[in-house]
Amino acid sequence: MSKARQSKLRTSLVHVALIAYTLVALFPVFLTIINSLKSKQAIFGQPLRLPGPSTFSLIGYETVLKQGDFVTYFQNSTVVTVVSIFLVLLFGAMAAFALAEYRFRGNTLMGLYLAIGIMIPIRLGTVALLQGMVATGLVNTLTALVLVYTAQGLPLAIFILSEFMRTVSDDLKNAGRIDGLSEYAIFFRLVLPLVRPAMATVAVFTMIPIWNDLWFPLILAPGESTKTVTLGAQLFIGQFVTNWNAVLAALSLAIFPVLILYIIFSRQLIRGITSGAVK
Amino acid sequence: MTDLAPEQGEEASRRRPRRWHILVFLAPAVIIYTAVMILPLIETLRQSFFNVVDGEHVFVGFANFATLFGDPRWASDFWNALGNNFVFFLIHMAVQNPIGVALAALLSLPGLRFAAFYRTAFFLPTLLSFVIVGFIWKLILSPIWGVAPWLMDLVGMKSMFGPWLGKPGSALITVSLVSVWQFIGIPMMLIYAALLSIPEEVIEAAEIDGITGWGQFFKIKLPLVLPAIGIISILTFVGNFNAFDLVYTMQGALAGPDKATDILGTFLYRTFFGFQLQLGDQSMGATIATIMFLIILTGVCIYLFGIQRRIRRYQF
Amino acid sequence: MYRTTLQGALLASSILAGVGSAMAADVTLNIESWRNDDLQIWQEQIIPTFEAKHPGIKVTFSPSAPTEYNAALNAKLDAGSAGDLVACRPFDTSLQLFEKGKLEDLTGLEGMKNFSDVAKSAWTTDDGAKTFCVPMASVIHGFIYNKEAFEKIGAEVPKTVDQFFAVLDKLKEDGTYIPMAMGTKDMWEAATMGYQNIGPTYWKGEEGRKALIAGTQKLTDEPWVEPYRVLAKWKPYLGDGFEAQTYPDSQNLFTLGRAAIYPAGSWEISLFNTAGLKLGAFPPPVVKDGDTCYISDHNDIAMGLNAASPHKEEAKVFLEWVASPEFASIYANALPGFFSLNSTAVDMTDPLAKEFVSWRETCKPTIRSTYQILSRGTPNLENETWTESANVINGTDTPEAAAKKLQDGLDSWYKPAK
Repeated sequence: MSKARQSKLRTSLVHVALIAYTLVALFPVFLTIINSLKSKQAIFGQPLRLPGPSTFSLIGYETVLKQGDFVTYFQNSTVVTVVSIFLVLLFGAMAAFALAEYRFRGNTLMGLYLAIGIMIPIRLGTVALLQGMVATGLVNTLTALVLVYTAQGLPLAIFILSEFMRTVSDDLKNAGRIDGLSEYAIFFRLVLPLVRPAMATVAVFTMIPIWNDLWFPLILAPGESTKTVTLGAQLFIGQFVTNWNAVLAALSLAIFPVLILYIIFSRQLIRGITSGAVK
Repeated sequence: MTDLAPEQGEEASRRRPRRWHILVFLAPAVIIYTAVMILPLIETLRQSFFNVVDGEHVFVGFANFATLFGDPRWASDFWNALGNNFVFFLIHMAVQNPIGVALAALLSLPGLRFAAFYRTAFFLPTLLSFVIVGFIWKLILSPIWGVAPWLMDLVGMKSMFGPWLGKPGSALITVSLVSVWQFIGIPMMLIYAALLSIPEEVIEAAEIDGITGWGQFFKIKLPLVLPAIGIISILTFVGNFNAFDLVYTMQGALAGPDKATDILGTFLYRTFFGFQLQLGDQSMGATIATIMFLIILTGVCIYLFGIQRRIRRYQF
Repeated sequence: MYRTTLQGALLASSILAGVGSAMAADVTLNIESWRNDDLQIWQEQIIPTFEAKHPGIKVTFSPSAPTEYNAALNAKLDAGSAGDLVACRPFDTSLQLFEKGKLEDLTGLEGMKNFSDVAKSAWTTDDGAKTFCVPMASVIHGFIYNKEAFEKIGAEVPKTVDQFFAVLDKLKEDGTYIPMAMGTKDMWEAATMGYQNIGPTYWKGEEGRKALIAGTQKLTDEPWVEPYRVLAKWKPYLGDGFEAQTYPDSQNLFTLGRAAIYPAGSWEISLFNTAGLKLGAFPPPVVKDGDTCYISDHNDIAMGLNAASPHKEEAKVFLEWVASPEFASIYANALPGFFSLNSTAVDMTDPLAKEFVSWRETCKPTIRSTYQILSRGTPNLENETWTESANVINGTDTPEAAAKKLQDGLDSWYKPAK
């Protein structure tokens, strides 16, 4: 009896702690969204109030929709993000498997070489990168962005995935080998399903900097047809007149696609964990 | 560089003399990574050994490094940025990672209701762009629009409020905490994934032995997720010493007040790309980048060779 | 070597290529600018007027955010992907681009005769021989005030420094309004709207500025330290927590009618006009009644031609038009507060803009002291001035200490010609 009460108490304490942190995490996001629905006077007059009849205004959203082709911007961001994530996961997992599974001369060196990329911001290579893109005619194409983001995402993906792949049981792989599976089959059919939670984690980590990047869209693909959402939103931040309504509206809109992508991957993460328990 | 030929004496390789699959697994990643990332970076880092002398682009050896550490102005800016960067990193290690681990531990409790909701909520800040994080926190902390003063008034601490972002003593801590708020989802997710992959049998065995609650967490789970904690520590280190965007959006490229929030990333950006009337200096910028790279490389090597090898891994 | 490797890798992966650029029969000119605030004006007024007169030439205005403009433009110019026309920052930033051969020499452009030497000075080589951008606009500093606030406390528009502080005291005593809307968080207002605004009165405008370049005056001399002493006295009149007050915060405080005086640049006019307040403006106060007043009338924006543009002929046609009185009139009226540099007088309708421009007749104009030549080296004098001006107002540096730091920084690389 008392044990049950104790555990009930414990559960509620856990929930209290979790709810408290939920408030900390969500409050600023909540502020952004409610303020995107208010007039400029009200944003600064009463930032905490919910939009009421006198302060409710969609002016920010109107400006955003009028000013640029935001539907295209969303498409561009989505295409770039999804294709890059796919390539990073596929190539990253393959390389991570090679590093984690096989002993070959230069393994550690290769690991270190592939980790260099997490140590220097790729932004520094901008000028040479841009020259290369100009030379190959890839400026103002989404391909340019996909290539850069894939290269940028690979080091971290390999780093994390190889760590997780080391925890996959050797017995399982050796059993597969005895059954005559090829190394490719072992990788794709045995190992990949087991590291799905880690893959989902990597996908989420890869996605964030891509979706939110301002620099490379600005440099490599500033054209109207290849603009991304974040770059489009940045247009409303001026030097002398800052249109916060439009900024908040554009940014509020930009939250949802990443949130959806995140939820998709996080489903995968949970499913991966539960089905991965198959031994 | 990397030799894919089999190692002699290796048991597996005697059966398969040429292991082409290793090459196939590695090739796509290595090619894209080398062409798009490493070559442009080498191109840039090379600049640290060149400078413009009398209008000519010439090789100057280590002269740029001598300037960075020898010239009192460059040196004081550099050490200031490095010191701030360490503070920035220590705050992350002391606040972000423990809270991240604690949240992951709570979330992974068996039978917890609304776990998916909490997880999404905690991760949401990490999904936001720096533009939005910078804007909204400046608004919250603004002494004029009053969200933070109002909230502190609720708990009777209004007198403790100050213009934190504008004071040299508090600006760096404030920016670091905002960064912690934003990135806490990353350690949380990694630890959470690691905790969930601990097999039920291990936990059951512990429970049979009467190890539950806190004891179970510290004695059983924590040692099992140590490799993941190692990863988040090194990721925090690398991330913090490459950090730039948040300081840039919150405090500007000059990282005010009086360079109190200047970290290596902002120092590098200002030098490399220039700012306002300051012209970009690719040579000195590349020099700073090279030093940053060496600092981070040292950290990563300590991890790879010193720590990672000592961590015991458990295969499930 | 590097390029071919990359080329191979990139070509191999161009299967992914998404959007290609369409070929157009008309020539399209692309304009790079940091003035994203002006996007609408370009799209709705300026470009249509030009295109109607010049069929066959299309123009697109593609601005980026001001903070990234310089870095992004330099990278694009280096790689050869920049637009045909580029907005020019004043002085050394553009001069360097010209010297590196990135900008075309425009000295021979017919329309250049529409500009005085002073107007061209910000985009001309040190020896005055070559001009490389067509001047577009200048901005003037001063103070904008809320007329209602002044009426409430019965204050007159101040002419001298003492009167100025008397008004501030009255406003503070009354307590309805924050006497002055400025913060030090973003730092540049302290330098630009503070130091460069009130300073010329003390260093006698061009006289002091040129003496500084010649090395006959130093930043530690009285005329350069005194403005810092005055600036330090502003502190008690700023709003609570001004250390964390950003530039948009100040703008909003003033446009919401909560502050009385705003140390301003004329570019604020169009935003402030939308607030529905009764506003006036006055030039920086002088020390004694009857002294000559000085204003900062700073060349701010011009337009140059990318030397690598494939459509130079068409771009020159556009630049000739930018140099014409017609453009000057459209631009100055669409953007009150950006004053045309064209020698032909432009009729302006905005009363506040007219007030600012009228000071050109009574006061001596000068440009910001840190812009020409003195910000070429490291440490950068302009950036240091931002930091030190903010420090002086915050009280973390004394005026004398700030001046010494600036002069020491300048001495470390600048050797004036004897």
